[in-house]
Amino acid sequence: MSIGLLGQKIGMTSVYDANGKLRPVTVIAAGDNVLVSRINADANGYSAIKVGFDVQKESRLNGANLGEFKKAGVEPKKFVREFRLTNDLPEGEVNLSVTQFQPGDFVDVIGRSKGKGFQGVMKKHNFHGQGAAHGSKTHRRNGAIGNRSTPGRIWKNMGMPGHLGDERVTVQNLQVVQVREGEKVILISGAIPGANGSYVVVRPAIKKRAEAGK
Amino acid sequence: MNRIIDTIEKEQFKTDVPQFKVGDGVRVHTRVVEGDKERIQIFAGIVIGRKGRGLNETFTVRRISYGEGVERVFPTHSPRIAKVEVEKEGRARRAKLNYLRNRKGKEATAVRE
Repeated sequence: MSIGLLGQKIGMTSVYDANGKLRPVTVIAAGDNVLVSRINADANGYSAIKVGFDVQKESRLNGANLGEFKKAGVEPKKFVREFRLTNDLPEGEVNLSVTQFQPGDFVDVIGRSKGKGFQGVMKKHNFHGQGAAHGSKTHRRNGAIGNRSTPGRIWKNMGMPGHLGDERVTVQNLQVVQVREGEKVILISGAIPGANGSYVVVRPAIKKRAEAGK
Repeated sequence: MNRIIDTIEKEQFKTDVPQFKVGDGVRVHTRVVEGDKERIQIFAGIVIGRKGRGLNETFTVRRISYGEGVERVFPTHSPRIAKVEVEKEGRARRAKLNYLRNRKGKEATAVRE
């Protein structure tokens, strides 16, 4: 069973499929994922596999983190994540290369969205704003935010201006289009969060997996 | 551009890129899938423009069909395009022949500049 991949977003392009249809794809470089440690249910209460990606200088790590890499006998890694497992921990070699996915598989991609700074309600919450003409002096403001003495307060989750982006975003059920073993690259249909060069987590789609089990 | 993206795109380029210019009268052989059978459909007309670079390159073909102007945009590197035959070479003095859209009758079917 596939566990998941850590990778770096390279950029987008398009690929013709077998039917001659052009599909938009995102290229993810997922070379050299290494197993940092196995977390077993007996000692930790849950089972998972800790995976590392991308080179990190030894001097940038503290003793505890460095010790973990030393114990595993691997080079220090910059981007480290755990993949939770529902079944038992796999023994021996674990396939952490791009080949754990096949074209046609569904995956979820987790990344950090591009930061947009402090944004108004029109961009942040898709409000309509106010009229541009007819003497209107407000254009992009939020308008009314509540009622009168009932309820006498502002509802929770009322859309207001504020910081947009630079948060963890998961895009579910994207299809793997191509797996290029030689270049350690995986091509995923559609767009994924984040800027080019940002780190992403690719895991088997949790919703599709539930469907397959039914 | 990124080296990996470059190789992915290069793989998809046609080795025999059809040779034609803006203004040429062409017959575009397209592969059409009907049920489980595949056949070739021909779209004949004048190339009125080429657009884009690399994998995203497209060309527009215009024809008059039953008195109505019809334009189709084809991606140059699409595997659904079997071949492009040049029927008549045209001499165009501009890159986009959008003025043909305003022409009527015989004038609209060929380039004479």
